[in-house]
Amino acid sequence: MTAHILAIDDSRTIRTLLTVALEKAGFAVTTAEDGVEGVAKFQDAKVDLVITDVNMPNKDGFGVINDIRNGAVNRAVPVLVLTTESGTALKDRARKAGATGWIVKPFDDEALVSVIKRLTGA
Amino acid sequence: MTDSAILDAFFEECEDLLVALSDGLEDMRDGKADSETVNAVFRSVHSIKGAAGAFSLEDLVGFAHIFETVLDEVRANRLATDDGLLRVLQRAGDILADLVDAARDDLPADRDQVDPVLKELESFLSADDLAEEEFVFEALTLDFDAPQDTTRYLVSFCPNKEFYATGNDPALIITALQELGQCEIAVDATSLPDELTSFDWDEGYLTWEISIDGQQSDLPIREIFQFVDDLCALQITEVHSSGDAFEEIIPASETEVVPPTAVIEPVQDVLATEAPPAKADRPVKKSASTLRVDPERVDRLINAVGELIINQSVISQRIDEAALPNSADLHGDLDDYKLLAREIQEGVMAIRAQPVKPLFQRMLRIAREAADATGKDVNLVTEGEATEVDKIVVERLADPLTHMIRNAIDHGIELPEVRVKSGKSAAGTLRLTASQRSGSIVIEIIDDGAGLNRDRIREIAVSKGLIPADAQLSEQEIDHLLFAPGFSTAKEVTNLSGRGVGMDVVKTAITALGGRITISSFAGQGTTFSITLPLTLAVMDGMIIHIGGQTMVVPISSILESIRPVPADLSQIGLHSHLLRIRGEFVPIVDLAQRLGIEPRATELTDRVLLLIQTESVAQCALAVDDILDQRQVVVKSMQGSYGEISGVSGATILGDGKIALIIDPDAITAAPPPETIGQRQTIKDVAHAAP
Repeated sequence: MTAHILAIDDSRTIRTLLTVALEKAGFAVTTAEDGVEGVAKFQDAKVDLVITDVNMPNKDGFGVINDIRNGAVNRAVPVLVLTTESGTALKDRARKAGATGWIVKPFDDEALVSVIKRLTGA
Repeated sequence: MTDSAILDAFFEECEDLLVALSDGLEDMRDGKADSETVNAVFRSVHSIKGAAGAFSLEDLVGFAHIFETVLDEVRANRLATDDGLLRVLQRAGDILADLVDAARDDLPADRDQVDPVLKELESFLSADDLAEEEFVFEALTLDFDAPQDTTRYLVSFCPNKEFYATGNDPALIITALQELGQCEIAVDATSLPDELTSFDWDEGYLTWEISIDGQQSDLPIREIFQFVDDLCALQITEVHSSGDAFEEIIPASETEVVPPTAVIEPVQDVLATEAPPAKADRPVKKSASTLRVDPERVDRLINAVGELIINQSVISQRIDEAALPNSADLHGDLDDYKLLAREIQEGVMAIRAQPVKPLFQRMLRIAREAADATGKDVNLVTEGEATEVDKIVVERLADPLTHMIRNAIDHGIELPEVRVKSGKSAAGTLRLTASQRSGSIVIEIIDDGAGLNRDRIREIAVSKGLIPADAQLSEQEIDHLLFAPGFSTAKEVTNLSGRGVGMDVVKTAITALGGRITISSFAGQGTTFSITLPLTLAVMDGMIIHIGGQTMVVPISSILESIRPVPADLSQIGLHSHLLRIRGEFVPIVDLAQRLGIEPRATELTDRVLLLIQTESVAQCALAVDDILDQRQVVVKSMQGSYGEISGVSGATILGDGKIALIIDPDAITAAPPPETIGQRQTIKDVAHAAP
């Protein structure tokens, strides 16, 4: 079964890059351009993994994770945080918020796909 | 999607982000330094940096990173947004735009421009900020070409509560380990509480012991635990002799191989019943979905619609010639057809319509730079940014507007001390407005400077031989000398506005778009330049007229009404000039035939039709034509390619009968002097209206 990835990023370019890389690797991808849209789409669809940017309008990535972890459906879904910062402070914050892992932008397609395959069992 | 298409999408996104950045910085300058504004500014830069990194645009990423770091300090209220900082931020915004441009054109960054601003940005940062600035990509590379020596590893893995709370699944980790090599898996469930009542659903009670064969190093294993090494008790040990260590640790009796997924399901179920559903903070914003289309396709569509409209007038004509009875349904059908054709045409033009906002945004920067270069204090206020104009118009207006903004700041607005002396505020205001007025787009550049120095303009024009020294000119005529070719040269203008082009180039550009430009100026109060542009480029509503046996078109947009004069309405002044009396006012009558040098069908004005015309340069006048035939949409075809610019004629069109008709430019026609006064005024005509 095709794993379904929800990619949330306010940058059109990053959304495109994620979509291209993931679809090529055989995933189904849904995108959302901010946290609010992301959480709404998460609730509407059966999602196997969420990738979210941190800094976004309306609701940031930590807010997204918080909503998912405290939500009604699919609370244990793996959530990857997409960040430009490689510092440990951010990772700690992501971890506290309930993130499963993190991907540092700019991401390497292969590395991204291998992490996602591992987390979705695909 | 190809890489270059993604790159194109990136640059398009950059355009949007730069607009948002510029908007936000303007807001901050206007004193709106609230967190949402600062955040939006930060995000714009952040997004550019993030996406640029994906394309290895090092210059862009490096600059954006420092810029972003400064903005982060502002966001955290560690930096005060005073004028000095805001100025640097705006410069940084400009440089970021330059770097995006350079990256798009695949050019190296202009370090002479970038580095000073980079230094200024860095001056706001502490050494700590700069130290942690290294921006590295943590590539997750696996080295599979290592020596063939393989080892066995024993992994002991006990996830804690947090592991399960962060979307991790031991089953997946074990699956991933299995992919590395042959695994023996055992689960240790001894930590499970005896009593169900003391069971914590979220706790991790299980420990897995996995032994993996055939590994060259522990790196791939650690890789799998990349995100969770702090969320579990994890031990990875090397075992040389196969089997022994494993057996020792877990006695066979307590070892039970379980399908790993079995553990996970209850965790999820419990989580699901525990908490009330969280609600989304806000209703989801419907994203405006857009469609990207190759402009060429739209152009083809526009051409086809043009042909459709010509075709429609051909059919109209044929039906008229067939002299069908009025009762024929055909007339109604034809009207429907016309209506639909018009709707299609409007729809197609709307595809190309773009708000002038990005264009105006660019002018903010031009104004800022011009003000800096001249030592003047200028606020550029933009209005009507949402006004939509044809894409081509937006593109072609950039240069004329740039030139005019520079001119207005360089020549129009006075130095702060001069302004204060004349009782004005030290900062000048330059207003750039766009609006739609009865089928036209009007763009105005209004400064509150000193106004045109008409004596000086006259002096220059005389010295350049543009007008004779004793020419009698109205104020308006003097103002329009600015547009005369050869009026401005590099010697007269300062290094700022003088880039080898004069206002004549501006006028030519505007005229090429089918527009007009006019000036009004009041000494001490400022100058207004008005650019009037047609709403659509390709099709316009025209009045089909007859003059001297020819068929021509007058744009409906400039016609107020048509009049068949009676003798009482007419009065003669001089030998050939007439005035029309209308509602108690007199307006001059201009004979179109005379202006074009052709013979009118009738010499008596009472046998002819007068079109009351409103123009920019002459307030109102009555254009005498032989007859009016029809009112219809005509497709404008430029004649410039074949004939150059012809004064008084703005283009041509193809009529229903297949004949070509010239489209009259009422502004030029009515402003041109009548032939009999040619002599002294000849030069003025050449100056103000002749083609360059």
